[in-house]
Amino acid sequence: MNLSLLKRTRVVFSSFLLISVLILFVDFTNIIPERYYDAVLFFQFIPSLLTFKNFIALSGIGFIIIILLNLLFGRVYCSFLCPLGIFMDVISYFSKKIKKIKRYKYLYQKPFNWIRYSFLGIFIMAFLLELTFIVSLLDPYSIFGRVSSGVFRPILIKGNNFIVSVFQNFGAYSIFHVDLKPAPMLVLFVSLFFLILIVTLAFTKGRLYCNTVCPVGTFLGFLSRISVFKISIKKDTCTSCKLCERVCKASCISIPDQKVDFDRCINCYNCLTVCPEASIEYKYISAMNSFKKGNSLKNDVNPNRRQFLGILALIFISKKLRSQRKVVQNTAIIPAERTVPISPPGSLSIDDFNDSCTACHLCISACPTQVLQPAFTDYGLIGFMKAVMDNHAGFCNYECVKCAEVCPTGAIQLFDLEDKKRIQMGKVKFEKGNCIVETEGTDCGACAEHCPTKAVRMVPYKNNLVIPEVDDKICVGCGACEYACPTTPYRAIYVQGNAVHLTADKPKQTEQQKEIEEDFPF
Amino acid sequence: MKRRDFIRKSLSAGLITGTALSFGGYGKIFANSVFSGLPYDLVAVKDGEPDKMLDKALQALGGIQNFVKKGQTVVVKPNIGWDVTPERAANTNPLLIKRIVEHCYTAGAKEVYVFDNTCDNWSSCYKNSGIERATKDAGGKIAPGHSESYYQQVSVSKGKNLKDAKVHELILNSDVFINAPVLKSHGSAKLTITMKNLMGIVWDRRYWHRNDLNQCIADFSTYRKPDLNIVDAYNVMTRNGPRGVSKADVLKMQYLIVSTDMVAADAAAAKIFGMEPEDVKYIQIANEMGIGQMDLSKLNIGRIKV
Repeated sequence: MNLSLLKRTRVVFSSFLLISVLILFVDFTNIIPERYYDAVLFFQFIPSLLTFKNFIALSGIGFIIIILLNLLFGRVYCSFLCPLGIFMDVISYFSKKIKKIKRYKYLYQKPFNWIRYSFLGIFIMAFLLELTFIVSLLDPYSIFGRVSSGVFRPILIKGNNFIVSVFQNFGAYSIFHVDLKPAPMLVLFVSLFFLILIVTLAFTKGRLYCNTVCPVGTFLGFLSRISVFKISIKKDTCTSCKLCERVCKASCISIPDQKVDFDRCINCYNCLTVCPEASIEYKYISAMNSFKKGNSLKNDVNPNRRQFLGILALIFISKKLRSQRKVVQNTAIIPAERTVPISPPGSLSIDDFNDSCTACHLCISACPTQVLQPAFTDYGLIGFMKAVMDNHAGFCNYECVKCAEVCPTGAIQLFDLEDKKRIQMGKVKFEKGNCIVETEGTDCGACAEHCPTKAVRMVPYKNNLVIPEVDDKICVGCGACEYACPTTPYRAIYVQGNAVHLTADKPKQTEQQKEIEEDFPF
Repeated sequence: MKRRDFIRKSLSAGLITGTALSFGGYGKIFANSVFSGLPYDLVAVKDGEPDKMLDKALQALGGIQNFVKKGQTVVVKPNIGWDVTPERAANTNPLLIKRIVEHCYTAGAKEVYVFDNTCDNWSSCYKNSGIERATKDAGGKIAPGHSESYYQQVSVSKGKNLKDAKVHELILNSDVFINAPVLKSHGSAKLTITMKNLMGIVWDRRYWHRNDLNQCIADFSTYRKPDLNIVDAYNVMTRNGPRGVSKADVLKMQYLIVSTDMVAADAAAAKIFGMEPEDVKYIQIANEMGIGQMDLSKLNIGRIKV
């Protein structure tokens, strides 16, 4: 078999995957069908793992297949499936184009094992303790999601709006403006930080990030020590020309030692194509054998004392963080503001949601009303950047289950539309003292207009006016009333989140007597 | 047309206009049809399908040609406020919209646009109301109204509480404006018909709600009189409006009202609904402001049973 075919396959496949994932995140037209989301995201490692943990269902076995592939061939995920990794490859590709003289620029580097195992340790602890704030911060898929949703998508929308405004002058309305609600600055800052870090590292050092910071990369690397097929150098034919070392984005080939640190190899197969002597092999090597030979990997297997102590310290810190994990109460006493945040419909409870959401922002990108926004302090530290219902940005469409359809981790579970319409995310609260009808003595009723269940309805009030009356048993907490309420600076009506979602009663419906006159009433 | 005829006609037209202006608030003294040249001030049709009733009404008014001329651009403003299906009657009947657009093209319209500033997500509203499909089937163009960038500041000189508003550019740029609301119950305004439907051509509705909704509705009706108002009262949401909760809120009444006078159309629609026009505050205010005629007995009404 021609080994250079492997690289070409990798390039074609990964380009296709990157574009597919990118489309999901940057789309602002809501035309992508649900099935496409499932298909593209099936093989995302952490989302799949969380789906499996939540449902123990076939929809979550993607990560098992990745592990099996990893045990056979090495870190296939990193080069074929990880959108962040592929994005880095794109950056390194262009860096080569720009810096033409240094076309083959990589050289062997020693691994930063202490750092990478610390990150892995933090990550595993965070995962076990359900400190998903840390999981979401480091999951490569979610980082890519946040960057796409928070940086690429707004740029695309700005571009779209510019083109639209040009066309608008000619009376063309087939393309349209998109008004984007701004996300919290700190969330954008985190996304930008990772974007700059990753672009810089990829531009200068290839896949250094994947082998230093990324816990998924380190974990899969650990597994690839016992992979069946490995890349190695045929010592008898190798001329030490160093071509392979120079194209190795992972900097894991050392020609002086004639060794490949397969732990860090991301299976890009660049080395297979460049070797003029065909001295790079990709073949079956018994795991036991490689240990006996005293591979460079051997020294790193057992964490030394320092690492052990480091992990102990981390457990301590994470326990501390967990004990703080409560819905933050606003200390300022403001009469009409929610103190319990509203988690998306289908998330069951704030705790369940925070356990599984990795803040990839796919739901935020897909939400047609933009009611889903990245949380700042709404859930507390644990829920930083995760999706929260912001009724000032929009309100939850009664007829929509889009967020649940796209969620790859099961943090937002998909219900039948009729069942979703009964999910009570929160309860309506009316602050009469803020209401226009009370303060201005004029009719308003914007809240009741928007209510899909008539949990808010207008009832007679003094001076022939009508004023809102609320029935929180049939309220679903969609926030339409709060969104529509015109009072400033605080609203007269708002939704208080249910920490654990409840089921709303069905609105009562009585049949009407039909009595239509035979003749015109005028 | 001969020169002599031309002079005679222009002179008489000028005389009539001048007389009318000198009276002031003419709507209260004479029926509008005296000036508009139309056979009726208001046509009400009963017991037909939405599209057939429209055909009858326009025929009675001398055809769509009286309102749309060759080469003109037309904007149709239905109520597409809610993401619900047509049988819920929260949005204007798509069959009626389709027929309106078809009529406009028959008259030689250059372009027919349909839009609304919806309450629910705009693309879902356009789609699930059936109006996007209906418009496209008739050859019309669906235009977006969900972004502030489509709206331009105008002043409402005759307004009491509402002095200015941001109005959709299609209303400002089109030759003909057809207002096509659906008759519905409304929690705070009691009814939503032609004047209330105009809230969907402006951007900031919260201002209206803060500054006496009924007065603002009447105020804005002084801004630009639609060239034609077509009220869909085929399926009528009799309670829980304007969004409604289920199909049980809807009664099949099979009416259609067409008029150039919004106050008259709203008054007639209120009667059909089973309310007196003066019980709807903004109709009362608009009547007092001289925007139109609420007293149906003073109007020349065409009544057609299909």
